[in-house]
Amino acid sequence: MEISVIVFPGSNCDRDIAVSLKKVFKSNPKMVWHKEQTLPKSDLIVLPGGFSYGDYLRCGSMAANSPIMSEIIKCGENGTFIIGICNGFQILTETNLLPGTLIRNRDLSFICKNLPLKVENSKSRFTHKYSANEIIEIPVAHNEGNYFADQKTINNIEDKDLVAFRYCNKDGIVNDETNPNGSKNNIAGIINEQGNILGMMPHPERATDKVAGLIDGEKFFISVLESIQ
Amino acid sequence: MIKITKELIDEHGINDKEYSFILESLGREPTITELGIFSAMWSEHCSYKSSKTWLKKLPTSNDKVIQGPGENAGVIDLGDGDAAVFKMESHNHPSYIEPYQGAATGVGGIMRDVFTMGARPVALLNSLRFGDINHSKTKHLLTGVVSGIGGYGNCMGVPTVGGEVEFNACYNDNILVNAMCVGIAKINKIFYSKASGIGNSVVYVGSKTGRDGIHGATMASAEFDDSSDEKRPTVQVGDPFAEKLLLEACLELMKEDIIIAIQDMGAAGLTSSAVEMASKGNVGIDLNLDKLPCREALMTAYEMMLSESQERMLMIIEPEKEKEAKSVFDKWGLDFATIGVLTDTNHIVIKHESEKKADIPLNILESGAPSYNRPYKIVTNPEVDQSYLLKSDKKIIDILKKLISSPNLCSRRWVWEQYDHMVMNDTILRPGGDSAIIRVHGTNKALAVCSDSTPRYCAADPTEGGKQAVAESWRNITSVGAKPIAITDCMNFGNPEKEEIMGQFAGVINGMVEACEILDYPVVSGNVSLYNETNGKGINPTPAIGGVGLLESLDHFSTPNFKRTNENIIILGDTKGHLCQSVFAYEIFGDSQGLPPKVDLILEKKTGDLVRNLVTKLKIDTVHDISDGGLLIALTEMSISGEIGFQLNIDKSNLNYSFLFGEDQGRYIISVEDKNLNDAIEYIKKSNISYLNIGKTNGKKIKIDRDNEIDIEELRDLYENWFKSYLKSN
Repeated sequence: MEISVIVFPGSNCDRDIAVSLKKVFKSNPKMVWHKEQTLPKSDLIVLPGGFSYGDYLRCGSMAANSPIMSEIIKCGENGTFIIGICNGFQILTETNLLPGTLIRNRDLSFICKNLPLKVENSKSRFTHKYSANEIIEIPVAHNEGNYFADQKTINNIEDKDLVAFRYCNKDGIVNDETNPNGSKNNIAGIINEQGNILGMMPHPERATDKVAGLIDGEKFFISVLESIQ
Repeated sequence: MIKITKELIDEHGINDKEYSFILESLGREPTITELGIFSAMWSEHCSYKSSKTWLKKLPTSNDKVIQGPGENAGVIDLGDGDAAVFKMESHNHPSYIEPYQGAATGVGGIMRDVFTMGARPVALLNSLRFGDINHSKTKHLLTGVVSGIGGYGNCMGVPTVGGEVEFNACYNDNILVNAMCVGIAKINKIFYSKASGIGNSVVYVGSKTGRDGIHGATMASAEFDDSSDEKRPTVQVGDPFAEKLLLEACLELMKEDIIIAIQDMGAAGLTSSAVEMASKGNVGIDLNLDKLPCREALMTAYEMMLSESQERMLMIIEPEKEKEAKSVFDKWGLDFATIGVLTDTNHIVIKHESEKKADIPLNILESGAPSYNRPYKIVTNPEVDQSYLLKSDKKIIDILKKLISSPNLCSRRWVWEQYDHMVMNDTILRPGGDSAIIRVHGTNKALAVCSDSTPRYCAADPTEGGKQAVAESWRNITSVGAKPIAITDCMNFGNPEKEEIMGQFAGVINGMVEACEILDYPVVSGNVSLYNETNGKGINPTPAIGGVGLLESLDHFSTPNFKRTNENIIILGDTKGHLCQSVFAYEIFGDSQGLPPKVDLILEKKTGDLVRNLVTKLKIDTVHDISDGGLLIALTEMSISGEIGFQLNIDKSNLNYSFLFGEDQGRYIISVEDKNLNDAIEYIKKSNISYLNIGKTNGKKIKIDRDNEIDIEELRDLYENWFKSYLKSN
């Protein structure tokens, strides 16, 4: 199992995701500096959370133009598994590997808290260890997590069952009140049409350690592991 | 050549006596650059001229202290080769003028103090004080400061895990923003600021120098008046992205044996870092400002020396290692410039555009710095009989509802949910408890950290208030089952040239000295912020205490939330019912007369040691200290956070305001399962600590007696919603 975690200037969840990956995958991911021109052979590529380039200009936009990204786009198109979490999700939308964009939270402030998520698609390669409509608890920590796309794109995502997770309350109710940041249709994470790329705002790597309180992220990583094997 | 006039000297905050000393020591008139250097180094902020004779009294060592005050931050031993590095610092004046940038750069500055010593920052805390909630600027300042703290810490990827927020009219025109950072380092990889090796290079790294923050240190040492808003250009602008790069670059370089000494450029920028590093090493330093990376054209030597541009460091390295060091900073896209050399002259010599702009013997800057024994008078409130505070026909439950939704007791969730408090994945106990718990990465041990102060007690009785601030910090660390080790302090006071203000400082220090000694809880770093006054009125004396403790194992620790129903609720410590200076007295009677509760430090220590034993040996996992608001507020917090109610079962004679809302010190609430009750009582009796079994956890209601009960949900709404509705109101 070969995993690459891409490190951009300003990434700050790179160590956290590496710890979670090591725990579940039992192998050390390679930390790949964004200026590399070539990517080591990878079964899984992870774009971690953080503030690449300080979120200056627009979240993820400068990272999307880092030297390593052309390799990553090629890999993504060829079916390599790619996960983008938080800032990683923003980068994936900036590269158009995933549709839509992430804009400023509805209430205009940073949100850091545990949130219930509904597993909307429990058949994907990233989520199949969860049961259908399972309600899980995963933290968010973002200022620009408000998922937006035009109606046609949203319809396409919904029709093709590409929504992985939605924000809800602990009873699974999905509505405006249980929407923390104003995302269209409470979308918290999506998958591309080929099914090999996922982006999500919540941080599953912050939910794989019982001592720190949450473990619902484990099934996410196990799903990916089993899909690759 | 700029002529040095009387007016110019005054503008630099240098008095006649100080100026005569300069003339005498130099044997000539200073240049404008030199005048700027003297002004910055001798400002209250950098020289501690009013406070240093008092600060010397504080205990600064115990068997865990590796480095006490005098370095960029204090260092304590965590065992297994690990050390914690920490400090708290104020950024009050800049935050009042420009709340977002002022608070943000306060956070940035304190992080640099920690990582300059080779530690990776793992936790941020703060201590914030704003004016009256109805004051016209309070909302603007509150929202600006909170988003500034979040903006910087979140981007750095360092969790903000604790803090305090208080509102009081005395801070109307002079808010307090104190930021604390805790880092983890290996004991054998700690870096200090003492320069050494004549001929070694003086290297500048980080962001470029601009004109921001010029004379920040002098501003921080002057009282505010109505024209303070005009000082906005002296507030620095933060770039957390640059600091994140600087952090990673410094830590990467620190893995190698290259850096001889390093210090961040904080208050008074390049001046204080160059002077302090050379003075500590007893060497001279030559700087060539032509090499200084600048952001703006045509900067003068004066501006370069006094700029407080952020995200910059000064390092001493051997010339032959410059290339290797530079490659690390190149990778991270940061400036790296050799701007000088260490000499044997013991002078600081500054050249710019082939001209000598300054040449000052270092000994007159540092040891020649003024030190004052300012006159002081310790004033305490007259004692009053508190019986008038018992006369009210308000129902207990209505008072509880009012207190739990009052600005100073309600939930701070609105604040800390804007801070990433989980990044790094080692936050084991999040904000909202007595202390936060931060795991030492990759181990099963952890740090307990908290920040505390009770300024209204200090105003009423400085000495008791000083004791209480330290004792409360010690208690909060103890509440989670950790062993308190050491503190950092941020001393915020008014104008020390006034006898009573200097008396507040003296009294608080005296109280702290006593508490630090008896509790074995020394001060390892800190900061003094004086002249916190506006239009002649001083703030309440506010010694913010940042506490750090060690939890040997994460197998046993305690948290405030009730966890199981049908547990016995036990108060440890004496309840006498002291109401003067309580939140109850202020909120219900608008009263602030009389003396604060006394702290019995010997009993404090015994009670705390007992609590730690109960947590580690009897595995008691529910502990909360009793502080602001008294017993009933502490119990309500335990209920709301645990979603479990309680039924009090106390003697009728205790069903009164003083028992329920008194703020007697040195008390904890624990909750004990029936099967452990006998063992727990035995421990308590053996320690000779008074206790009272006051009822049981049970259901979803708080039941005090037949006339006073309420659903937890109703209280939770009151508790949680204050901030949001306050900010929505006009």
